[in-house]
Amino acid sequence: MLKEENKIFKNLYNEQGWELENALKRDDWLDTKKIIEKGRDWIINEIKASELRGRGGAGFSTGLKWSFAPKKVGSRPHYLVINADESEPGTCKDRDILRFEPQKLIEGCLIASYAVNAKVCYVYIRGEYLNEGKRLQEAIDEAYSKNLIGKNACNSGWDLDIYIHYGAGAYICGEETALLESLEGNRGQPRLKPPFPALVGLYGCPTIVNNVETIAVVPTILRRGAKWFASMGRPKNTGTKIFYISGNVNTPCNVEEEMGIPLKELIEKHGGGVIGGWKNLQAVIPGGSSMPMVPKDICETLKMDFDSLVEVKSGLGTAGVVVINKDEDIIKCMARIARFYKHESCGQCTPCREGAGWMWRILERTAKGEATHKDINLLSDVTKQIEGHTICAFGEGSAWPVQGLLRHFRKEIDNRCFSEPIVKKKRKIPYLIDQHKLESKDA
Amino acid sequence: MSLKKIHDNQPDKFEFTKANLELADKILKKYPSDQKKSAVMPLLYLAQNQNENWIPLAAMKYIGKFLSMPYINVYEIATFYSMYNLAPVGKYFIQVCTTSPCALRGANKLVDICKEKISKNQNELSQNKLCSWTEVECLGACINAPMMQVNEDYYEDLDETNTKKILNSFLEDNPLKPGSYRNRKNSSPEKNQILTNGHKNA
Repeated sequence: MLKEENKIFKNLYNEQGWELENALKRDDWLDTKKIIEKGRDWIINEIKASELRGRGGAGFSTGLKWSFAPKKVGSRPHYLVINADESEPGTCKDRDILRFEPQKLIEGCLIASYAVNAKVCYVYIRGEYLNEGKRLQEAIDEAYSKNLIGKNACNSGWDLDIYIHYGAGAYICGEETALLESLEGNRGQPRLKPPFPALVGLYGCPTIVNNVETIAVVPTILRRGAKWFASMGRPKNTGTKIFYISGNVNTPCNVEEEMGIPLKELIEKHGGGVIGGWKNLQAVIPGGSSMPMVPKDICETLKMDFDSLVEVKSGLGTAGVVVINKDEDIIKCMARIARFYKHESCGQCTPCREGAGWMWRILERTAKGEATHKDINLLSDVTKQIEGHTICAFGEGSAWPVQGLLRHFRKEIDNRCFSEPIVKKKRKIPYLIDQHKLESKDA
Repeated sequence: MSLKKIHDNQPDKFEFTKANLELADKILKKYPSDQKKSAVMPLLYLAQNQNENWIPLAAMKYIGKFLSMPYINVYEIATFYSMYNLAPVGKYFIQVCTTSPCALRGANKLVDICKEKISKNQNELSQNKLCSWTEVECLGACINAPMMQVNEDYYEDLDETNTKKILNSFLEDNPLKPGSYRNRKNSSPEKNQILTNGHKNA
């Protein structure tokens, strides 16, 4: 269990107040100038040494990402963009950081901007978080008035302006290139990579896109040292992380914990246990809806970090734990997730746009008991045709959870297939079959 | 990608009010001077606020001219994002989150209550024309499920009785306060709350 002194977000539930004066008591903005004076390379190396991995879902090394930004500013300015478009079902950490720890984020923005040579920082907040955005704006104004950001921020000689940009209810804008498109005033449809945003990003300029939590932990890491951060968790999966336990648990909550905490401990200690007891557990979605679910027997020993979850063919994602107990219909639950993806597909790549609908319809049929065994094979086939054939990771995000269901709950699904095949006999209906098959007899 | 229907009765004219023009200028200053197009989303939102929570076609044309960008691009954006309403909604626009984490805690019952209290179908005005409701995807408050958003505010930790109370308060044009309805401090764990098997919030 994480010790109180090692917690980074001490005001996660707003017990101490979010205002600047209270934030200063929690050591925010302490010696920021000194950190910046140590120079860009020191900052980037320290973050690399801390092995901080992006908290937005993909888990890419933050220090490495920063080092991709060109070392010198050429004709194009650099940008830092903060991704606060938190829309993954099961995820609600950024909301609390924006509401209750805004100064950590702003300080992180300053340090990160300095490290990647950016003088302008945009915070892209999802449109629904209007009140949270207003709160952040208040905090930004406070920071401006104390000259913590703005011209010659913190007397460090670095200028930084932070602007808030609201999204308008598109899940896909959480994908970094879609976010940049949206920020430029286009539809949020992801771009092809490469070129990566670090070289060609916002307005064609070098841009670093980071998640809110990633940026918010940076100042504390630099203040307390990379060694301190790396001492928690295990190699390559270091530090602390905000976990959020929702679904069928007694006390759903947000909690900051050490990386690699056993899932069982997380649910029993912080989530107050599964409704109906641990025996009643059916499955857990460990990292937001895009990650495949894991059944109860794996949950017994599962540790919550990036690599452990990959070993069980799932992923940490955003670390949003959704608990599903045996009172729930798991297929119905999955069908609902498939509907989410059908609704949120941006429509750019055909496999995803059409496939998401196929998956939803087949799962909905299965939930009602109207599917055939053939349908299930088709479903499995569709998921394989989506993953890897789309521009962004949304394709995988929509296909993986269905694959997870098929992998672990095939029996339940097969038992649900009551219907006989709709077409029993192959009939010759010329306009319904492929023309090239007309020659063969059994077309 | 959501399907959207453009409203049949469109006003002929739309212009920003003076106050909104000033706001629009402020918004434009956030972006580089040659990238006015970036302001299209905030301006559409401004237009929506000015026009009783929905965007008429005239407003899209106006914003297109305002930012010197083609009308079709503005139209594209207004139809792509789900938060822009292209047809009138109630003064109190109720959005019920029904994605899995909320559904697991009984969001479907909230939907039933909306059907009973407000209107049979989504996006229809209630009898007194004050409210309308819709199902939406994850609103990012899964810890406080089930929940709903009314205009800008989140109503969290709901159950059947207090959802009814809240909806009644909107129908009477006397809204209750937003926030948690179990007196819980934001997203902290509640102590001593063990629900027995089969009991859920809503």
